[in-house]
Amino acid sequence: MTTLSLEAPLREASAHSQMEIVYAPPAALADVPMHYCPGCSHGAIHRMIAEVVDELAIRECTLCVAPVGCAVFAYKYFNFDSCEAAHGRAPAMATGLKRILPDRVIFTYQGDGDLASIGANEILHAALRGEPISVIFVNNAVYGMTGGQMAPTTLVGMKTTSSPLGRDPLTQGHPIHITEMLATIPGVAYAVRRSMHSVAEMRKTKKAIRLAFQAQLQGLGLSIVEILATCPTNWRLTPIEALDFIRDRMAPEYPVGDFKVDERLREKG
Amino acid sequence: MTQGTVLIRSERCKGCGLCIQACPQQVLAFAETFNARGYRPVQLDERERFCTGCGVCAIVCPDVVFTVYRQPLRRVERR
Repeated sequence: MTTLSLEAPLREASAHSQMEIVYAPPAALADVPMHYCPGCSHGAIHRMIAEVVDELAIRECTLCVAPVGCAVFAYKYFNFDSCEAAHGRAPAMATGLKRILPDRVIFTYQGDGDLASIGANEILHAALRGEPISVIFVNNAVYGMTGGQMAPTTLVGMKTTSSPLGRDPLTQGHPIHITEMLATIPGVAYAVRRSMHSVAEMRKTKKAIRLAFQAQLQGLGLSIVEILATCPTNWRLTPIEALDFIRDRMAPEYPVGDFKVDERLREKG
Repeated sequence: MTQGTVLIRSERCKGCGLCIQACPQQVLAFAETFNARGYRPVQLDERERFCTGCGVCAIVCPDVVFTVYRQPLRRVERR
């Protein structure tokens, strides 16, 4: 495989045997390399979902609906059943799956180009119907897969390949705040925004994913977790600069916080 | 201080450096050599400080490169 011997095998092999494992890759994540760019948040979000699925012991009854976008291969990376929806149609597909398989835990994993533009209609009406599904909404403010074009979530003044002078609200409109919008709908049980720019925020993101799944297990309604994620490649930044970009540019536009938490969910945890 | 170590799957590492920045003990660094995919992977560099097995690297890593080990804590029995 590799010509490196970085692990200093002998010394560490003996050290490992006396130590206890405090972190190992989750069983719900397939043991294959991911295709994401270096520093992309998708890998960490996949891992968090897999950890939550393992912790809740729901691997045998979980179904992922993968989007179109960078996460199009999500079904390859999870060790549970997945299917692939047309662009933006994951909530519609999840609705159908949940209605014929009500005992499954069904979540959609969608990017902002998928959920906020072509799929805005689908998510809105799934929320209005109060479908008991979970939505993981990864917002990185660009269309990552196709080369960094302007998305509905692109910040005002942000340069992308299709807004080279920066997004101008007079001609290209304002960024869309999906989570705030969905929080006004009675069918939504849990609507929060989280971020990936620091370890503390990442821990909170994982807790939010867990609560979103619990909302579904309790049958409270639609749960959405919007996650501010990095796209170092299309932002033309290093992975570490991209974290600062989330903190300094994205978080002021998209405030991190809870917009709607069902009382019954709050009681439980 | 608690002793720990990490096992790094170098062939999975894409050299983004998020763990190097996040490590509270600053014991991670890029390797001098490249892995099979052409990235410089991280490696444990314990010349000055030591790994405590806190697991922060495993939290930030987007490529699930780390397995974290820690010395079992000796629990003091209450009387």
